[in-house]
Amino acid sequence: MDIGKERLLDMYRMMVRIRTFEEQLAKDFADGKIPGFLHLSVGQEANPAGMCANLRADDIITTTHRGHGHVIAKGGNRYSLAPLIAEIYGKKTGLNKGKAGSQHLSDLDVGVLVAEGIQGTALTLAVGAALTAKLKGTDQVAVAFIGDGTLNTGRFHEGMNMASAWKLPLICYVENNLYAESTSIYDSTNLTDLTDRAAAFNVPGVSIDGNDVIAVYEAAAEAVARARKGKGATFIEAKTCRQRGHFEGDPQVYRTREQRDECLKMDPIPRFRTKLIEIGAFTEQEIDRIHQEALTEVAEAVKFALESPEPSPEEVLTDVYA
Amino acid sequence: MREITYLKAINEAVDEEMARDPAVIVMGQDVKKWGAPLGEFKGLFEKYGDRVLDTGISETAMVGAAAGSAATGMRPIVHIMFGEFLGVCMSDIRCALTKTRYMTGGKTKFPATIMTYTGGGRSAAGEHSACPYGLMMATPGLKIVAPATPYDAKGLIKSAIREDNPVQVFYHVGLIFSKVISKIPEEEYTIPIGEADIKREGSDVTVVAIGLMVHRALAAADKLQEKGISIEVVDPRTLAPLDKQTIISSVGKTGKLVIMDEEPKTESASSEIAAIVAEEAFDLLKAPVKRVCAPDTPIPFSPALEKVWMPDEENLIEAVTELMG
Repeated sequence: MDIGKERLLDMYRMMVRIRTFEEQLAKDFADGKIPGFLHLSVGQEANPAGMCANLRADDIITTTHRGHGHVIAKGGNRYSLAPLIAEIYGKKTGLNKGKAGSQHLSDLDVGVLVAEGIQGTALTLAVGAALTAKLKGTDQVAVAFIGDGTLNTGRFHEGMNMASAWKLPLICYVENNLYAESTSIYDSTNLTDLTDRAAAFNVPGVSIDGNDVIAVYEAAAEAVARARKGKGATFIEAKTCRQRGHFEGDPQVYRTREQRDECLKMDPIPRFRTKLIEIGAFTEQEIDRIHQEALTEVAEAVKFALESPEPSPEEVLTDVYA
Repeated sequence: MREITYLKAINEAVDEEMARDPAVIVMGQDVKKWGAPLGEFKGLFEKYGDRVLDTGISETAMVGAAAGSAATGMRPIVHIMFGEFLGVCMSDIRCALTKTRYMTGGKTKFPATIMTYTGGGRSAAGEHSACPYGLMMATPGLKIVAPATPYDAKGLIKSAIREDNPVQVFYHVGLIFSKVISKIPEEEYTIPIGEADIKREGSDVTVVAIGLMVHRALAAADKLQEKGISIEVVDPRTLAPLDKQTIISSVGKTGKLVIMDEEPKTESASSEIAAIVAEEAFDLLKAPVKRVCAPDTPIPFSPALEKVWMPDEENLIEAVTELMG
C-alpha cells in the first residue's frame, strides 16, 4: 500500500505528540500536579495514529480510561493540546470544563463521543453511533477503541452481536496490551488467539502488530473501506505493549523486569523512525524537528493550563440537563 | 374529545412522534412482530420499517446503542421490558446515558427515552412486578415520568420523546390491562415534564399517590368522603424533577400528608417526598407524615400474598383515618 510521504510524516508526528503529551503528564503527576488517576498509553501510540489516519472528521470514535492518544489522533495534528491538558489539570478552560479529567476526555466536535471508564460501554455506544450512520444512510464509520480485558465483559458480546446482526459500520479495535490492570488476558480466558472471539459473531477478525504503525494503517484502511461500503463490522486485535503501569504509581508486580524490557524494545516510535530514514523519506534533522516541535507544543499547553483559572463553584450544578 | 385506553395512549404517542420526527426510533425485545410484549407498539413496524428494531435479549447493548445513537442525532426509544430488568443495564443507564452529558461539560446531549413496565397485581412474582421509582430517582441526569391515566400517558410520552435529556417512562401493567379510559382532545397535545396534577381536590389530608396507586387513592377518596373525610389526591406524574411546589402547596392547605407508593418503603419515591416535605415544609405539617407502601420484601407470587403485599384502598383508608384521629 502506497501511503505517501505526507501521511507517513503525519502519523509519525501524531505518535510523537501523543508520547510527548503523556510523558509530560507522567512527570506532572509524579510532582503531584494532577488530581485523580492517570492511565497512560505510552508504547501504544501506533494504534490511534494508524487507525485515525484513516478516519474523516465526521467519523465517530469511542475510547476508554486510557484514551488520551485516541482523542488527540481523532482531533488531528492541528488539534490543540491546551484544552486537553487544562482538563486533566481540572481547570475551567478544560476541554470538558473540568468535569471529565483524564479518564473521560471527549469532544464530539471532532468525533470523540465518549471515553468510558466502565468497560464495554465504549463498544456499545459506538454501536449506537454506527446505527445512526446506517439509519441516516451516511457512509460514516464508528470505531470503538477497547482493551483486551473488555473481551470478557457482557457488553462486548452484546455489542459485537448487535453490530454483526445489524451489519453496522463498526470497527472494534482491541489494543491487546496483555493486561487488564494486572490480569493477563491469557489467564482470564482460554484463548490463544483473540480473533477467535470475532468468529463467534461471524465478523472478520484480523490480528496485527500494533507496534507497527504501517500494519495498523493498512488493517484500518481495509476495515474502514468495508464499513463505508456497508459490508459490516470488523474486529481488529492489535498486539501492543503498555510500557508503564495500569495507572501511574502501579508497581507492576505482575510482570518481570525482563518482560518490561521486552516491551521497551518494541517501542513503535524509534522503530518507525528507523524505517522512515531507511526508506529515505526523511532526514534525521526533519525528524528531530518533529520531536522539538512537540516539546514546544506541550510546554505551551501546560503553560496555558497552569495559567488557567479553577472552575467556578456554580459549575457543580450546570450541565446535568440539556 | 374522544376516549382512549392506556395502551392506545402509549401507541398514539409513539406513533405521532415517529411520524413527526424521522430521528425517532424504537429498539427493544419483541417490538417488531408483537409490537412489544403487551402490544403498545403494535403497527409501528409495519408503518416505520427499519426504524423499529428487534434487539434480542441484550439490555446493555440496547442502552449503549440508545446512548450512542442519541448523541449522534437520533431520538431512540428503548424498551427495557420490566422494572427489575433495569438492573441488568443499570451502569449503562447511570453512567453512559445519564452522566456523560455532565462529563462532556455540556457539549453532548442524550435525547433517549426508556420505556418500562412496572407494577404488581398480575402474579408475575419477584422479577416482573417492581416499581423501581426510588432506585431510578437517585440518578442525576435522568428525568422520570409515571403517568397514571391515558391522558397523562399520551401527553407525557410525547414530551419524553421530544426531551433533549434521557427520560425514563414507567407504565404500570395494571393500567395497561385495566379498563381505565381518558377523554383526550382530538388535536395534538403534550404535558410538560415536571408538573404534578391534582387528581381530586380535598381539604383534610393530602395523599400523594403514584401510578396505579392514584386510582386506589381516588377509590379510597369516595369511601372516606362518606365518613366525612376529604382527601386531596396529588399525582406527581413526574418523579424527576419532582414538582415539589404542588405537593407543598397542598400540604399547606391540609396540614397532613400520606404518601401512597407501590414500592418497598426503604429508599422509595415516598422516602424522598417525605424528606422534602419534612425539610422544606415542616411548619405546615400538623401531624407526622404517613407512608402507605409495600413491605421491604420481594413481591410474592400467590395472588393471596400479593394482595397483602400491594398497598390498597383499605391500607390508605386506615392510614388517613388514623391521621384524622
